[in-house]
Amino acid sequence: MTITSTVVKVGIADMKVTEAPNKLKTLGLGSCVGVVIYNHEIAGLAHVMLPDSEASNRENQNILKYADSALDQMIRELLDKGVRKSSLKAKIAGGAHMFSFQTESNFLKIGERNIIAVTERLQLHQIPLIAQDVGGNQGRTIEFNIEESQLEIRTVRGNTTII
Amino acid sequence: MIKFTQKHLDVLKEVGNIGAGNAATALSTLLNKKINMSIPDIKIVEFNELMDYVGGPEEEIVSVFLRIQGSLPGSMFFVLQPNQAQILANQLIPDMKEDIRDHEMALSAIAEIGNILSGSYLSALSEFTAINMFPSVPSLTVDMAGAILMQGLIEISKESDYAIVIDTMIEDEENTTESIKGHFFLLPDPTSFETIFSALGVEGK
Repeated sequence: MTITSTVVKVGIADMKVTEAPNKLKTLGLGSCVGVVIYNHEIAGLAHVMLPDSEASNRENQNILKYADSALDQMIRELLDKGVRKSSLKAKIAGGAHMFSFQTESNFLKIGERNIIAVTERLQLHQIPLIAQDVGGNQGRTIEFNIEESQLEIRTVRGNTTII
Repeated sequence: MIKFTQKHLDVLKEVGNIGAGNAATALSTLLNKKINMSIPDIKIVEFNELMDYVGGPEEEIVSVFLRIQGSLPGSMFFVLQPNQAQILANQLIPDMKEDIRDHEMALSAIAEIGNILSGSYLSALSEFTAINMFPSVPSLTVDMAGAILMQGLIEISKESDYAIVIDTMIEDEENTTESIKGHFFLLPDPTSFETIFSALGVEGK
């Protein structure tokens, strides 16, 4: 018997939850951060753009855009599926600094701010951060293999690392 | 948020026309070639759609990026496909064999071209609208489109899930495999539209 595995794609400011043997993938992370929350049979992947939904000027925004609200939503969906919170772990990648000029200081550090916001939100939920590949100045495409709990990170020059 | 009518779109097209027209002239002078420009395309796109538009978030692009500050804040990109950037570099640096990504001088030459072209785009726009613009020092990156373009969308994303892109393409006239094609993407921050419209005498209502 063949079990078909699908690669579930996650867009920008998007989040998906799926079960093994499926994989989760998101493309072209720059200052955005890809957050995987997983156990050995189920996982969610969020592609967050901004650190803080509280700082938003407008109502009715896509909650999956922000580190805090996207992670809350992902954890809620995982728990709704009957997952025990204590079984969950996290891996993150992204938060690069793509351009090297000086400009508005907040804008400049958006990658770092995203990393901090994600890390803090994970701590708040008491989900251990097992591994990370963050910062630097390169874009990343990431794919998470739920069965192996492995996050594969590819950069444009073809370097692949697994965390 | 302004509700866009045909009149507003025409104004934005005119913005693209004036800017890219001037940039095309600058490139023409630099390369001593005739340069054509496309009719500006105004797109109102969700972020993921914008990525698809440049070939997907993972597509490798060469991009000069600058932030515009002042009363018309926004982001500006000059985008080339890597092979187009290579052709451009070959015209600037004769007998260059290496991949531009491994050639520091080629990269800095492309950055300078991007600098000159964006500068002429924005100075024409500034003159036309009588609005002062303060562009940052441009920065060149070769990487995935998603990673690059999202950086320019940060300010927009705080306000909106959509970006309004003024897209113009310039191309040398030869139109062969050796021809150079580059896109300008001007992405005004949401607060900038009222400023543009009122500067050009169209009410933002």
